[in-house]
Amino acid sequence: MTPALLAAFTPAHQPYLDEARQLQALSFTMHIPLVCFALALPLLVVFTEWLSVRTGDPLYRMLARRWSKVMIGLFAVGVVTGTVLSFELGLLWPNFMATFANVFGPAFAAEGFSFFTEAIFIAIYVYGWDRLSPRLHLLTGVPVVLAAMSGSLFVISVNGWMNHPAGFVLRNGVAVDVDPIAALFGNPFFWHELVHMYLAGFMVTGFVMASVYAWGFLRGRSGRYERTALIIPLTLAALASPVQGAIGDWSGRVVAAQQPIKLAAFEGLPTTTKAAPEHILGWYDGSRIVYGIAIPGLLSFLADHDPNATVTGLDAVPANSRPSVVLINVIRFAYQGMVGIGILLGLLGAYFVAVWWRKRRLPRGRWFYRALVLAGPCSIIALLAGWMTTELGRQPWIVYHVMLTTDAVTGATGIPVGYATLALVYLSLAVGVAWMLRRLARAPLEVAAGAAG
Amino acid sequence: MQLADAPVVLMLLGLTAYMVLGGADFGTGIWELTAGSGARGQALRDYAHTAMAPVWEANHVWLIFVLVVFWSAYPVAFGSVMSTLTVPLFLATVGIVLRGSAYALRTVAWGHRERGLIDNLFALSSVLTPFALGASIGGIASGRVPIGNAAGNLLTSWLNPTSIVIGAIAVAAAAHLAAVYLAADATRARQLALVPAFRARALVSGMVTGALALIGLAVLSGDAPHLFAGLRTGPGLAAVVVSGVAGLSTLVLVWAQRYEPARYAGAGAVAAIIAGWAAAQQPDILPGLPVTAAAAGRSTLITILVIVGVGGLIVVPSLALLFSLFLHGRFDPGVEPAPAVAAPAGGPLPRTPAAILIVLLCGGVGLTIFTDGGWPLWLGIVALLVFVLVGFFVFTTAIAGTADRRS
Ligand code: HDD
Ligand code: HEM
Ligand code: HEM
Repeated sequence: MTPALLAAFTPAHQPYLDEARQLQALSFTMHIPLVCFALALPLLVVFTEWLSVRTGDPLYRMLARRWSKVMIGLFAVGVVTGTVLSFELGLLWPNFMATFANVFGPAFAAEGFSFFTEAIFIAIYVYGWDRLSPRLHLLTGVPVVLAAMSGSLFVISVNGWMNHPAGFVLRNGVAVDVDPIAALFGNPFFWHELVHMYLAGFMVTGFVMASVYAWGFLRGRSGRYERTALIIPLTLAALASPVQGAIGDWSGRVVAAQQPIKLAAFEGLPTTTKAAPEHILGWYDGSRIVYGIAIPGLLSFLADHDPNATVTGLDAVPANSRPSVVLINVIRFAYQGMVGIGILLGLLGAYFVAVWWRKRRLPRGRWFYRALVLAGPCSIIALLAGWMTTELGRQPWIVYHVMLTTDAVTGATGIPVGYATLALVYLSLAVGVAWMLRRLARAPLEVAAGAAG
Repeated sequence: MQLADAPVVLMLLGLTAYMVLGGADFGTGIWELTAGSGARGQALRDYAHTAMAPVWEANHVWLIFVLVVFWSAYPVAFGSVMSTLTVPLFLATVGIVLRGSAYALRTVAWGHRERGLIDNLFALSSVLTPFALGASIGGIASGRVPIGNAAGNLLTSWLNPTSIVIGAIAVAAAAHLAAVYLAADATRARQLALVPAFRARALVSGMVTGALALIGLAVLSGDAPHLFAGLRTGPGLAAVVVSGVAGLSTLVLVWAQRYEPARYAGAGAVAAIIAGWAAAQQPDILPGLPVTAAAAGRSTLITILVIVGVGGLIVVPSLALLFSLFLHGRFDPGVEPAPAVAAPAGGPLPRTPAAILIVLLCGGVGLTIFTDGGWPLWLGIVALLVFVLVGFFVFTTAIAGTADRRS
């Protein structure tokens, strides 16, 4: 690659840049909740099957088998939504790809092999019930668990790199002296994003599944089967939730150290301030927060664990190097929504664990099951809000402090048409998935246990 | 061969695998569209669907493989192709989404009407995707994708004679391969009533594909003279001849009801077409852009090759396992189940003292929050993750044991 070649990728004057961004965001919004299930569901299914092999209790086998059908259904939808993302990287951001894919691209190659492994073994696992010996069958589930984890590991390394680009030198617009390993893994953003995302995957999967069974509990379906089906995912989510707060705190400190403007956007902090407060709710009007409830020193505390620390404000960089006022407001709400939901889910999880610890039974109050029904959707909202925080807080840069999103966008026309088409497709997809899950949930228990696959 | 050429070879192999395996999955969809109504049509559709179910996801990953190697190894060419061929590539993704979702949904579609709707969606997207991908290849092969961000014409880059004929060949070849494979699979699974139907389809689609290939050569001679010249000499010519011979052998084998060898001959014919394209177009990846000039730096290329090498060590045996189970009919409906659970109750479930969990949680939170990096922070994070996993294990094994108590 030479500078002359890349010179052909001059910034395009794309009137629909915002639509391109929204299209990208929409596609992630479809993909990322499915990814959570890919991360945690294999773990739950394989664990439950292991219980059945250990105890010989057919209940666990039936459970694992039913869940494995949900798993492969969601996997299929995850595969196609992920494929859209792969295409979109090139369709929407060709300059970004042309300039930097040689730096971060190998991570996707590694991701590709994880997907191969996952797709192969998920098929053997799900179509292999009753056709392989129980132990062998259990064993074929293990690569599914591991490959889902490694796959998301490699993608997250790319996002970490976009937030903290390293491992290359930019010479005449060409990325040279590339060290892909250093770029992807010697990166301060990669590690907290990875851990925070895995835990988010545990929470989303656990709480969403618990939601479904809690709904049944409220309608009187609380036999042994349902209780077991509620407890297994809920335990995972309940244990992950309090831990998620501590990991989030770590993320916040890395952001404060590496991307102070993003941190300022979490709060809408106009100028560099000592002992900066954090405002709950309210909004940022372009120069300050109005109508918020100020908690003195909180932002400084979050950034540095010192309520008197100095926090960089938005005005430290010119207006065109930070997110717009609208985006700052979205970031604020997303961030506060995530943290708020995180705290509530942490309390809910702790309550469940405490009740079990002391009384060795499930909580009895109806309010607990009502809260669980809400916990599933809320965990998805927190997940999306967290990604909004990260991705919008990175603006206007696609590669932080290296390439502007405006300079990355395609010069092709027709983005609104593509946007409308995909929005429609995704809408039908969401309806279809909901319908599929309902069908799977309603399949009579015996049929599910006897049917092949 | 130089280092810079290695990724393009991998891409061509990946594309061949995608065409031969994934392409046939699309072809299955095409046959679902034309299966006709009534019980026989329904049986055909149901069979075609179940036959492909265990392998289509793995087959699909070949496309991802081609994409990621393309963008990592030849970023400039990738950016040019994706931005100029935006329309067909976008259509291909829409087709992929619809088809994959239709696959997932069909497994839970119980009623006839539901199935009909889903099958039609499935079939339409099965035509759309191979056509769009073929048309994109036509745009590249006929030199209509210049270097740059959307530098080519967004419409004529894929709505041109070469693109259209290659798109049509892609659809026909996919349908042909699918029919050949389905005939072989149905023979193996003893669904003998279905075999003649697939045989007839294989013969007709094979002849259509052959005819389209001849038309294609004529079109290329006018529309893409450079490519055509490459196909008239040397390795390009050899590939054309191989493809023709393999295609004819497939037809003969299908005629003689020797479906297993026909499978491989058909796949060989498709592979030869791709090889011929590569031979005719080399050394350029895009007009005026030789592969060597398009390639990323040495460190990137070596990283890709190492990843492919290591990944291949895992994936190739796994694929072999999947296909040997598949081709030996282990996933076919109605196979004898393996002996049921042999393991009796395995004794009491393991327990770990609760104190360890409390130490892990409190210690982990303390270290994560109150240290500023370095190994204490890492220790804290590891403690927290161990807490979640061990805690999950301890709690569920214990709770599940008590789950039969009324709450
Ligand atoms: C179930 C989901 C969930 C929950 C309950 C939380 N988070 Fe989160 N958060 C995410 C899911 C998430 C995520 C997976 O969506 C993000 C996006 C990028 C990342 O690394 O994780 C994220 C990002 C993210 C970031 C930005 C990191 C960056 O830009 O690199 C911070 C500072 C926090 N989170 C902090 C928290 C805090 C203090 C929480 C308190 C309880 C919290 N999160 C709960
Ligand atoms: C630019 C971003 C992304 C791209 C291009 C992308 C691409 C893909 C593709 C192509 C697949 C299908 C693989 C197959 O064929 O089996 C997929 C699935 C998957 N992706 Fe993504 N992805 C992206 C973001 C993410 C993120 C952020 C995560 C995790 C944090 C993730 C984790 C996964 C996982 C675990 C799967 C497995 C399949 C499933 O969803 O069930 N991906 N992705
Ligand atoms: C880990 C993998 C991810 C990668 C590699 C990635 C990459 C990208 C890229 C290339 C863009 C377009 C350029 C830009 O706007 O800066 C983008 C934008 C965006 N992404 Fe991500 N992303 C990832 C995960 C996610 C997830 C999971 C979400 C969740 C919803 C998300 C939300 C967004 C949003 C909202 C934008 C639009 C930002 C804007 O332009 O205003 N991203 N991302």
